[in-house]
Amino acid sequence: MKGIVIKYNEKNINTDLIIPARYLNKSDPEHLAKHCMEDLDPNFHEKKRKLDATILVGGSNFGSGSSREQAPISLKAAGIKCVIAPTFARIFFRNSINIALPVIEFSNINEFNSGDVLQIDLDEGMLINQTTDKKFDIKKVPKFIQEIIRQNGLVNFAKKKLTEN
Amino acid sequence: MGLTISEKILRDHSQNPHVVAGDYILAKIDKCLANDITAPIAIEVFKEVVKGTNKGVFDLDRIILTPDHFTPNKDVASANQCKIMKDFAWKNAISNYFEQGRVGIEHCLIPEQGLVRPGELFIGADSHTCTYGALGAFSTGVGSTDLGVAMALGKAWFKIPESIKFIYSGELKKWVSGKDLILYTIGEIGVDGATYKAMEFTGEIIDNFSMANRFTMCNMAIEAGGKNGIINPDAVTEQYLREKNINQYKIYKSDDDAEYFETISVECGEIEPQVAFPHLPENSRPISEVNDMKIHVDQVVIGSCTNGRLEDLKIAAKIIENNKINPNIRCIVIPGTQEIYLQAIKKGYVRTFIESGAIVSTPTCGPCLGGHMGILAKGEKALSTTNRNFKGRMGHVESEVYLSSPATAAATALKGYITSPEYL
Ligand code: SF4
Repeated sequence: MKGIVIKYNEKNINTDLIIPARYLNKSDPEHLAKHCMEDLDPNFHEKKRKLDATILVGGSNFGSGSSREQAPISLKAAGIKCVIAPTFARIFFRNSINIALPVIEFSNINEFNSGDVLQIDLDEGMLINQTTDKKFDIKKVPKFIQEIIRQNGLVNFAKKKLTEN
Repeated sequence: MGLTISEKILRDHSQNPHVVAGDYILAKIDKCLANDITAPIAIEVFKEVVKGTNKGVFDLDRIILTPDHFTPNKDVASANQCKIMKDFAWKNAISNYFEQGRVGIEHCLIPEQGLVRPGELFIGADSHTCTYGALGAFSTGVGSTDLGVAMALGKAWFKIPESIKFIYSGELKKWVSGKDLILYTIGEIGVDGATYKAMEFTGEIIDNFSMANRFTMCNMAIEAGGKNGIINPDAVTEQYLREKNINQYKIYKSDDDAEYFETISVECGEIEPQVAFPHLPENSRPISEVNDMKIHVDQVVIGSCTNGRLEDLKIAAKIIENNKINPNIRCIVIPGTQEIYLQAIKKGYVRTFIESGAIVSTPTCGPCLGGHMGILAKGEKALSTTNRNFKGRMGHVESEVYLSSPATAAATALKGYITSPEYL
């Protein structure tokens, strides 16, 4: 996977900031995408477009707060292909994997800036910042999780299991 | 090398007898739970998973559905949500659907009904599902997709967590409860201090704690980012189960040589009743400091899945008895379940509350999540026995919520500013 970074340094970017509760009355992904990150940065979409970014980098405890699945759904629908943060709140982490949005724990986010081009190999556990020409080891994505992501999410994964049994 | 109780339960529910902390497993679950907010999405997911097959729900008796958040339905939107759930329950003959009038706040109701037992693997599409660890079950909150899939497969995926062992020792000061200890603990380690980890509560203080105090502590594990809270079953647990006529369950306990990510010893002798300031549960401060600040509040809430049990109402009623609620305060008391409500009537607590000038509501989550039955106006403050004081949690975004134990809440309702019974 290769993409350009859009970065927010803030810690505790919670699910209310990612998708405010007032927009949860409709669940279609395009509607959610439109309001994604609105309360953190009203210019999120414009910035993202200018940078042509698809990799979101955030501070620690990313996705804390409610268990709402609309948070990762809105990010994915807004064109984010991967989120990198030092730590994630665990239900957000689960929900992201369940909808096949890769989330990567990486503590030294100072190594990335908005606009950097990253090359990521999830299976091998490797990340290259092509802009700074630095290479990093990241935690390998466990086989089990790779499988869910490869099947494009938990629903398909479960469908397959159900018919196997 | 020994194992923790959390590791043992997860291992026994997976197909691989050798898995250890850090491994990912697809595990068989014993029960799963959804409520009026999370069930509708989970039901959509379930339908998608079983589409084109002749499969139904994995087990008619192991799915629990509770319309408890906006009970009784507060508006058309919440009524629609509940109807989706009810239709699904009837159509699939799900036995553990609790219609309003029989439902209660899920995390008070489920243990009360004997629907969770030691050694079980329990998931709920609600973050405070971690409450049942108090009975020695592995119990954790998940998203709606997880729940929808679980209703079809009877399975869910887990990363086996490392555990943090908390050892509570010493002699508690008067008026210090499980709520105060957990607020103190979150204040020490922070709202992400236990992210992904199992929080295992041990020590002489836990040994002597009632089930109510144990539920309260496990309930708030998520507020430190924990995956679950858990307590090794003992005589107190068994007594609780005996009273419910439950005799089939499996006891797991942590081995003496189990490996922990961290062990945190808490000497409790000097801990005072705690109050968590807006807008995070980690902002806890001792009552002596808070009392001097004379923080006047507009509303006091006594209830929720954290502190809506009979013991909590009893403590509050004893403090309020023969007194009047401060003229400036709306005091709202919410029993956790119909059974607790009934007991509170029989024991005279409800009369005490009403005579003092408090409101007693039917069991509901209501104000805890800013749903209904006690919403704050712009600029208003509340002291509440609930578990979250995030911005806007109980109403307007510019309102404030402070968290405390029932004793502190009752004293505050009488005085009008945040205080504890020792200052009355
Ligand atoms: S009482 Fe509050 S925290 Fe508990 S389940 Fe209800 S809304 Fe959630």
